[in-house]
Amino acid sequence: MSGIDANDVVLGEVGIEADSALRAVLETRADVLAMTQATHDAALRPADPGGLTHGERAALAARIARLNREEGLAAHYETMLREASPAPETARLADPAFKGAAGTRLAALASYTDLASLSPKDAGAEDIQSLKDAGIDDADIVRLAELNAFLAFQIRLVAGLRLMKGRGR
Amino acid sequence: MNEPIHEFTTEVPHWRPRVKPIDLAHASAEQFDALKVTPSNTKVSDYVLVLANDVETLKVRTPLFNAIMYNRGGLSRAERELGAVAASIVNRCIYCAAVHSSRYNQLAKDETVMERIFADGVAARLDPRQSAILTFAAKLSQAPSRADESDMAALVEAGLDPSEVLDLILSAALFGWANRLMHTLGDPLPRDKEEA
Repeated sequence: MSGIDANDVVLGEVGIEADSALRAVLETRADVLAMTQATHDAALRPADPGGLTHGERAALAARIARLNREEGLAAHYETMLREASPAPETARLADPAFKGAAGTRLAALASYTDLASLSPKDAGAEDIQSLKDAGIDDADIVRLAELNAFLAFQIRLVAGLRLMKGRGR
Repeated sequence: MNEPIHEFTTEVPHWRPRVKPIDLAHASAEQFDALKVTPSNTKVSDYVLVLANDVETLKVRTPLFNAIMYNRGGLSRAERELGAVAASIVNRCIYCAAVHSSRYNQLAKDETVMERIFADGVAARLDPRQSAILTFAAKLSQAPSRADESDMAALVEAGLDPSEVLDLILSAALFGWANRLMHTLGDPLPRDKEEA
């Protein structure tokens, strides 16, 4: 019985060949891969997005992928971003060079995301306060943190599996 | 005053959230379900009550976390904890490092590994297998990842089979996730002062 899903974002990004040794190992953790995909769906396209829209989530995910030089994943999130029909300003979040105007909601989303992606060790109470000051409520701060945290996981899983795949050649 | 802890420790701190935990008195049915709260079991940590603000993610994240850290086969429980600690050291998540270093000590029945890691960080001198695990997990935890072919080769040379390597990738990556929640959404405080 094959447990792993052909539409899985992580597996699609790594490129898992049929009958490969890596595929056989991944089958033993099919439950983990399925739950990873389920969390992707919950973090990117929740039924109740609260104050963090599907467009903002996809744009931030593309931004995080780019900050980690994962262009393949960035393209995946760009597709989700287009499907969300975002406001033009929201779509700009996908570009790490876009920082937003000081004091705005978009600037706060971008700033937290850059910090959490690249240097979470430097995050402090003031960084959460900056989100609150920009009008982002506590529940949306948690949603933003979960999105960033999930992406960190997914990106490392892809990076690790790619190294495993290289080893198997 | 309760000043946050900045040094690594195996004593699990108290965690003080920077955002509001949900109020169980006003929780939705979906939140109760994700929290696995029943009338006879209403003890839920502030951390989980904070995460319940994003209930759809929490609902799938909890079983995923348990599968990666506790499922059968593959890498030993202790070595998964070592992967978790490596990530937590890189990301300086004091709370996560405390929980998972103390679990490592319980499982491995050896406190010297964590003492060396807390003293010397990812450069700690360990046995070849522990060293390969620590180095790979720490480099995978950098942003962007700095783990490369030589780090993967070191795991294989140290005797890890593919199922063990996969579990190590999963545990280190999972703490890239957990650290970004624990360390950004709250502060670790000394437990005795908090309870005094």
